[in-house]
Amino acid sequence: MKVVVLVKHVPCVIGDLSFATDLTVDRVGVRARLNEADELAVGQARRIALSRVDVRITAVTVGPVGAVDALRRALMLGADQGVHVLDEGLHGCDVLATSRVLAAAVVRLGFDLVLCGAASADSGMSAVPAMVAERLGVAVLCFADTLEVTRDGVEIRRDNGGGLEILAADLPAVVSVTERCGGLRYPSFAAIVSARHEFVRTWSLADLDIDAAEVGLRGAATVVRAVTPAAGGKNRVVVEGDASSTAVRMADFLAERQFL
Amino acid sequence: MGPVLVLVERSEADGTVCRSTCALLTIARRLGPPVAVLCGPVDAASIALLGRFGAATVCTVTSPEVDEYPAACRVETLVDLARRMSPTTILIASGRAGQEIAARVAVRLDSGIVTDAIDIRMGPDGPIAVQSVLAGSYLVESSIVRGVPVITIRTEAAAAEAAPVDPTVHKVDIEFPARGRATRLVSRVRNDAGHRPDLATAAVVVAGGHGIGSRDSFKLVDLVADALGGAVGGSHTATELGWCPRHAKIDQIGRIIHPRLYIALGISGSVRHQAAMQGAETIVAIDHDPAAPIFRVADFGVVGDLQQVIPELLTEIRRRKTQPVATAAGPPEV
Repeated sequence: MKVVVLVKHVPCVIGDLSFATDLTVDRVGVRARLNEADELAVGQARRIALSRVDVRITAVTVGPVGAVDALRRALMLGADQGVHVLDEGLHGCDVLATSRVLAAAVVRLGFDLVLCGAASADSGMSAVPAMVAERLGVAVLCFADTLEVTRDGVEIRRDNGGGLEILAADLPAVVSVTERCGGLRYPSFAAIVSARHEFVRTWSLADLDIDAAEVGLRGAATVVRAVTPAAGGKNRVVVEGDASSTAVRMADFLAERQFL
Repeated sequence: MGPVLVLVERSEADGTVCRSTCALLTIARRLGPPVAVLCGPVDAASIALLGRFGAATVCTVTSPEVDEYPAACRVETLVDLARRMSPTTILIASGRAGQEIAARVAVRLDSGIVTDAIDIRMGPDGPIAVQSVLAGSYLVESSIVRGVPVITIRTEAAAAEAAPVDPTVHKVDIEFPARGRATRLVSRVRNDAGHRPDLATAAVVVAGGHGIGSRDSFKLVDLVADALGGAVGGSHTATELGWCPRHAKIDQIGRIIHPRLYIALGISGSVRHQAAMQGAETIVAIDHDPAAPIFRVADFGVVGDLQQVIPELLTEIRRRKTQPVATAAGPPEV
């Protein structure tokens, strides 16, 4: 059984980021880590591998040179091999292009199950899993809070606000997991050391038969027109005093904003 | 100006049209004549509500797959309608289902997509979507240069304004391909949240934390929520202490909410809690500690004893509801 885990290298602190002159997020010199939900996806893959004998886990990432660290982390957490799609032409990819590159890499590797985090900490579009599945022409199960792999299918539970939904699909399938799915353990020292020496394959766009003009900033279907820092200067009011007068002032505030 | 396709979201409990759809229709009217896409049983009340918010056309899909393959069926419908009607934009409410449907429609139409927009306006060459990114520190304005723009919108903070029209109803038959059956819904288990709105989509959320003091006092949170027609949540501590069910934990790893009004009662406002509620449009907090971090994000804060302030607040709300003050009363919210 071939399990492919899609992982992303994301900045550690989201609030401190800024934008470069081409209106993409400036990632130079920013401390980054493997996206938390993706760590859990690797953990789930490992959990599946423990219950079967034939599982091979491949972690795939698309990103600049530093993104290889995300693969190293995935290798520590249980992935057997890593693939880094690295190409100058990838800079400024929109979500359509990213999903296209990922899907091409997954096809080249072959797959029974594709796992990934439900959202990335930096962009959080949650669009990649469904897009990859659509491109691969297979089932997608998004936002899995629990994941069970049966003999030839997969079943997830997800919280949809009002209750719990149980969804099922036959393999091959794409499943995105939330931070609630568990299965993550601290890697052993031996795993940490061996991950450092593991060979990570690097594929370019040409390796995936993708024309560089169709991805990156030039091929983007969504164009950022303007980026402005959000106005932080909200007018904040804090009142103190006896209970009835503060309660009246609070009711006034709620009424002013038309909540009463 | 071409039509704007708006995917109707319906309550799972009773099939009524959700408030999010009314807000979407309000936004859609800025871009062109809205066409509501209604999946599932067609009832007069739903059609009337869609008409009240300006949907001149309602396309209905009633095939049996609507329930069993909810996402795939909506994807097929939107793709089919987009090819037939060449709309200017497709609008979908943000949410787990909405995000998946939007992503798949965008791939099928090879269209640009913007998710979690907080506002949209019409630009010279199509809609311009505004997103709040990087933990709310930047506003990004994007436009879509290829295909039919697919945009998901956070509707919690968007106002729903009525603009009544008499809708024409079109029944749409879609061809449902075999591959659409790949993901099937096995079952649904509902939370016993009673009559309260769902936390994820509630316009008003009232949450309690450690400062509430005890499980018995947590009833005060329920009372405030009921007075304002809101949903109830709890901080990490309140859920760990068992005062509030786990599915209502408002936390970085619990529920992330974006209500129009968020009221924090006895919550200090840890980083993990703020990560889950900073998307709220208006934040109100009551706590005994004037140095609590929640007051740094609250629009309105009360430093005081919850046990005294909340009963006074409830009395005040009740008084105003029975005899509305002329200046305070606005039109009833949907």
